[in-house]
Amino acid sequence: MIEAVFKGGKKYWTLVGVLLAVVTVGFLAYLRQIDLGLSVTGLSRDVSWGLYIANFTFFVGVAASAVMLVIPYYLHNEKAFRKIIILGEFLAVAAVVVCITFVVVDLGQPSRVFNLFLFPSPTSILFWDTVVLSVYLLLNIIIGWVTLDADSKELPPPAWIRPVIILSIPWAISIHTVTAFIYAGLAARPFWMTALLAPRFLASAFASGPALLILLALLMKKWGGFDPGSGSIDKVAKIVAYGIIATVFFLLLEIFTVFYSQEPEAMAHFQYLFFGLDGHYGLVPWMWTAITLATAAIVLLLLPSTRKNTAILAPACAAVIVSVWIDKGLGLIVPGFIPNPSGEVFEYVPTINEALIVLGVWAMGGLILTLLYKVVVGVRQEW
Amino acid sequence: MNLDRRTFLKLASLGLLAIAAKPAIDLLTRPEIVRALGIESTLPGRLAMAVDLKACTAEAGCHDCILACHSVHNVPDIGTAKEEVKWIREATYGQAFSGQETQYAALKDARVLLLCNHCDNPPCVRVCPTQATWRRVDGIVMMDYHRCIGCRYCMAACPYGSRSFNWRDPVPYINDINLNYPTRTKGVVEKCNFCEERLALGQPPACVEACKKGALTFGELKPGTDIQRVLSKGYSLTRKSQLGTRPQVYYIV
Repeated sequence: MIEAVFKGGKKYWTLVGVLLAVVTVGFLAYLRQIDLGLSVTGLSRDVSWGLYIANFTFFVGVAASAVMLVIPYYLHNEKAFRKIIILGEFLAVAAVVVCITFVVVDLGQPSRVFNLFLFPSPTSILFWDTVVLSVYLLLNIIIGWVTLDADSKELPPPAWIRPVIILSIPWAISIHTVTAFIYAGLAARPFWMTALLAPRFLASAFASGPALLILLALLMKKWGGFDPGSGSIDKVAKIVAYGIIATVFFLLLEIFTVFYSQEPEAMAHFQYLFFGLDGHYGLVPWMWTAITLATAAIVLLLLPSTRKNTAILAPACAAVIVSVWIDKGLGLIVPGFIPNPSGEVFEYVPTINEALIVLGVWAMGGLILTLLYKVVVGVRQEW
Repeated sequence: MNLDRRTFLKLASLGLLAIAAKPAIDLLTRPEIVRALGIESTLPGRLAMAVDLKACTAEAGCHDCILACHSVHNVPDIGTAKEEVKWIREATYGQAFSGQETQYAALKDARVLLLCNHCDNPPCVRVCPTQATWRRVDGIVMMDYHRCIGCRYCMAACPYGSRSFNWRDPVPYINDINLNYPTRTKGVVEKCNFCEERLALGQPPACVEACKKGALTFGELKPGTDIQRVLSKGYSLTRKSQLGTRPQVYYIV
């Protein structure tokens, strides 16, 4: 199967070339960060996590979302997902690799990353997140590869893979729950310390991941000769609609509790995020963009006439992805630190160097995805 | 011995499981797990500090304790608010005790000395994924600069802003290097260590020694010590005590 990666048309090689070029630029920017330290980022004493950890959180959601195809297909025998499910599993593989890379580029001493395993610390949620993410990566590589291999031989998948697939369902829930616990267990940061954080993460994951999958399936259909199967796209679009509605609903719940109770410490963070605080408005335009995009996407995805129209579905899905990326990315990490524990506002603006590293990691994920999807197309065309 | 491949693989994986079981059991019986539940009360005989706010603010512009601490511990002077490293710093009363501003209006603009609280139930220790920060039996929250991977989870978990990160190589920003204390590298977290290296030699913490007004009292919390006497005389505060961290720097108001 893997040989499909080495032969391809002009479009394929151009895509691989462009992605490799961006990875190289990101890698050079990372070398500069290694050399000069994290001072090349916009991070500070007060806002000590930023764009990297924001992207990490977002892509954990993308990774977890494969479960939204696995549950209907394997538990409810939803045949429409038969051809598209492999895209979800391989998207999870690429997304977990991206997550782990974002954590590593955020480390001050990346050469010591194996201390995580040399000195395992069961009281640290970050330790558990490393464990669940690594296992989830392994599960999806095994599931994707074994089912695709069976496909290529025109055989049903081996019986032993089914329990592995069933295990991947609670495991997908666990990666995003544990990631939420990283933040939700910190009494120092009232903005994050809410039991609703894990459900919020899952809801927005089930919106953004499938939305990304729709875009990828449409692209694969147009340029890769991939057949997603009849009716599958619309079914995934309905999942996206429910996901984004739940995301907005949960956000409104947080807003009610915080503003109606008037508890000043918790409220200050939401004030900064939505309205600005002490003359600082860094995230205000971002957050209102996210809300506008989410609202528009809800309308477009709820109405059958717009949802079934590919020309509208694609931008609606893009709106969901951008909206969730803001809401659980910068809009989640940065206000946790603003205002700081002393009530002062020090803002965070990412630097170009930081952005180039982020682009490089995205391109790396895109490259992994391209190669994996090339294998899928190669296998399917042999039929 | 006659082993087919299947049997060999079975036996080999059983053996691997047995090897993995030992560290797993060790892991689950660690004292941190019990400690993480936060059910212990303040340790008897633990080290603590008392800051007399009135005595501390008596002389305007005095920074003796900060200067002493930072020169003893090779704390760099980066010169920007974004990247500054601070073991002790000063803040206004409103910043130090945010949320309690109106309660002590007379103190609102008073200077308050801030340092690591060496909490009895330290969230930084709980979240560290490599045990690069831990609490000693005498209560000092320690840092291992050589094990820290620089994930900054402890900085997110500390409710007091007591931790600093080396965003760049700090060595060029140290005025006069003290060869008796290590300098740090870029990419690790650092903070006040209650001068554990001086305590080991029988010396008081550098800030306590430097204070000419006697505003800082340091010692074990047990009957008969100076700190116990000072604290039992009047009313004292700790920062954000509602968070359950049990901070051990007491402010006498």
